[in-house]
This record gives sequence, C-alpha cells and structure tokens, in this order.
Amino acid sequence: MEQSVVDVKELSRWFGGKNALDRVSFRATAGQVYGLVGANGAGKTTLLKHLLGLLRATTGSVRVFGLDPVRDPVGVLSRVGYLSEERELPEWMRVDELMRYTQAYHPTWDASYAHELLETFALDPAKKIKDLSKGMRAQAGLIAAVAYRPELLILDEPSSGLDAVVRRDILDAIVRAVADDGRTVIFSSHLLDEVERMSDHVTMIQNGRVTLSGVLDDVRRDYQRSRVRFAEHFNQPPILDTALLLEGSGRTWSVIHSGSLENFRASVLARGGEVVESRDATLEEIFLARAGRNNQQVEAA
Amino acid sequence: MDITINLTDGVPIYRQIVNQVKYLVASRLLLPGEELPPIRTLALQLKVTPNTIVKAYGELETSGVIQKRQGSGTFVSEGRPQPVALRERRRVIEQRIDSLLAEAHQLNFSSDDILRMVRERKATMDETTAEPAEVKKEKTR
Repeated sequence: MEQSVVDVKELSRWFGGKNALDRVSFRATAGQVYGLVGANGAGKTTLLKHLLGLLRATTGSVRVFGLDPVRDPVGVLSRVGYLSEERELPEWMRVDELMRYTQAYHPTWDASYAHELLETFALDPAKKIKDLSKGMRAQAGLIAAVAYRPELLILDEPSSGLDAVVRRDILDAIVRAVADDGRTVIFSSHLLDEVERMSDHVTMIQNGRVTLSGVLDDVRRDYQRSRVRFAEHFNQPPILDTALLLEGSGRTWSVIHSGSLENFRASVLARGGEVVESRDATLEEIFLARAGRNNQQVEAA
Repeated sequence: MDITINLTDGVPIYRQIVNQVKYLVASRLLLPGEELPPIRTLALQLKVTPNTIVKAYGELETSGVIQKRQGSGTFVSEGRPQPVALRERRRVIEQRIDSLLAEAHQLNFSSDDILRMVRERKATMDETTAEPAEVKKEKTR
C-alpha cells in the first residue's frame, strides 16, 4: 500500500461538552492536493491543528509521516509548512528577521526561492510584521511556510480576506510545491471554485463529521443537476426521489440529486414532469445540497 | 496554449483540457510536432492542480493526439491528426445540442426554429470566409 503522509483514524475531540470532531478519518498520500471544505466552525481548523500536534486527540489516532505529532513535534514540524488562518507571526520582527528566524529552524531553507518570492511579492524586508497589510502578512507567512520546501504544506483558509492578486500567489505556491517537488498539500477553503481547481481530493466536514470524502472527479460524478418541467404548478417544491436540493417555482425547477439518472427521471415522470437537461453538479452545488438544507425548507424563488 | 476552464457547466477540468487540446489539434491551431507547455507551466497558467494536467496529458497520449519524448517534453503527434472516433465526436456535439435545446425550450423556441437559425448562422459564417485568414482565425475561436 502507498505510504501515507497523513493517517488520521477515528479522531474525536471534545472541547468541554462540545464534540468538535466526531470519529474523523482522513488519509493523505504523497504528491496529492487535498481540499477541506465545510462551514465556519465545522471542524476544519481543529483537524489541521491535530496534524500539527497543537491539539491532542480525545480518542483515535493521528499520524504524520508515521509519527505522532504530539509526542514528536520536532520530527513532524521540521517537515511541515503551515500557514494558519490567523497568520500568527512574531509582530516585533522585521520581514528579513522572520526569514532568518525560520531558516534557523530549517536546514533545508532555500534562500534563492525565498528571495524570488520576496521580489515577486514586492515585500520590503525592512518592514516590521506589525506594519504589514493583511495581504502582505499572508505573503510573508507563505514564504516562511514554503521556502524550506516542506514535504507537507498545510494552509488553513489561505485565501481568506485576500484580494485576487494575493490569492493567485498562494495558488501558484501550491502548484509549485506539487509540480517541482511532488509535495503533499492540505488546504481548507470556503472558496469552492478554488477547491475545485486546486484539489485532487475533497473532504467535506459538517458539524465535526466527515460527510463526503474522495477523489474530486469521483465525488462530482455522483451528483447531478437537472432542470425539470412539470405539467402542473407546484407552490411547494415537489417531493422527488434522490433529490437533495430544489430551487425554482411553478412548473420549472432546478434539482441537485444523487444516484442514477434513470431513477430520477422515473420519479419526475411519476409526478407528471420531464427532465429537460442534466449535467454533473459543480462542487458548489454539491456543497449547498449537502449543507443540511432539506428540500422543504428551500423557498420558492 | 489557449485553454479556458469553465467551472459552471459541470464538466471535469481534465476533460475540458482534453477536449480543447483535441479541438486545437483538429483545427490546426496546434500543429504536428509542436510542443505543448510543460505540466508545471500549464498548471500555473490555468491555476489547477498539476495532477489534473498529468491526467489530461495521459489521456491525450493514450488516444494518440500527443507524444511524450523522453527528457525533452510533450509534442503534438506527427502525421495526420488521428481521426477521433465517431462515437467520441458525436458525444461532444450531442452535449452541445442538448444544452442548446434546453435553452431553446426555456426561451420558447421550437426545434424547427432552431434548425432554421442554425442554417442562417452557417450562411452568415460562410459569407465571412472572404475575410483575411488572420481575422477569421480570431473569429472562429
């Protein structure tokens, strides 16, 4: 079996009375990009913090490069690059000091790559971290996370609150980590088009549970979006077999559904309708459909 | 290489790349022996995971459209462009027809209207063939 870079088994984590992660299993193999999606507070950051040894599992096991990140933080963290959602960086340092500081901990530091990124981002090395804009902080944090060419790159909401230019820089860093070095990348994002472009695998976390996980193209094949027309008007979304989300009004409805198209067609026919058009659903549509809304709650537009 | 990724129509990204490269080769916008961008370059250009490009190039190689040459890169296959299987060609066109008909249905055009409009558009396009080749190439893209 292929060597796992990350192997999380049945991980549960409680914060007081709150079950933040509920028997989460997650595996990552080398050279692949993993996208984590889910609402705010669903447990994405909590899962990532376990991979870094910042949190201890209540039950279950976490292994990164075969090591327990809580028991062997040095062994794990020397091989992992991390950009946190809050971009915690030493505020009092200058940009060049941050680079030297990070380099000191990482013998694999690639000074020419770091320099190239500084130039590309037009970051002033003499500037203090505390004086950087939000976008510049992300860029500085990104350089500190990628310039020692870690085997595993973990990015928590890397695009959050950033403009298009800085988002592009971050996507470029992901592509380069994978294309140049065959590294593994795990990133969480609420930008589903970004996840759809950048991920080989997608994992959806809802209320601390993994509700969907697999190769992106396989996951997408399991869901379809169909346009449906009925002979009669419906004031409420009609009940249809395998339908997860219905939007529309009157005779015309747009439906996200799973499973076989034949079954779906049959259930539409049974309600006096026809399927006008079908195609694979986008990740965004799947996410909305799985986000816990049931079809009766969707208001007719 | 002029490739556009569309995330709204539900077609997997590697499939979009495969289809567009086949189109570029069939319409001779990519010529036999011409080099394709390296995986890293195209991944950076399209902002997609490099493994998607690997998958697309792999499929294009299997179907004989492109060839990898050890240590030097990826090239459009020499010789006559491999005829794409009829089944495959039909599939591509039928997808387009399906969405056209769906749109038409929504906008209250009959299929006869659509057939007539297709012929009219074709006639208009044929008239423009007198234009210089450069301009025409841009238009048909």
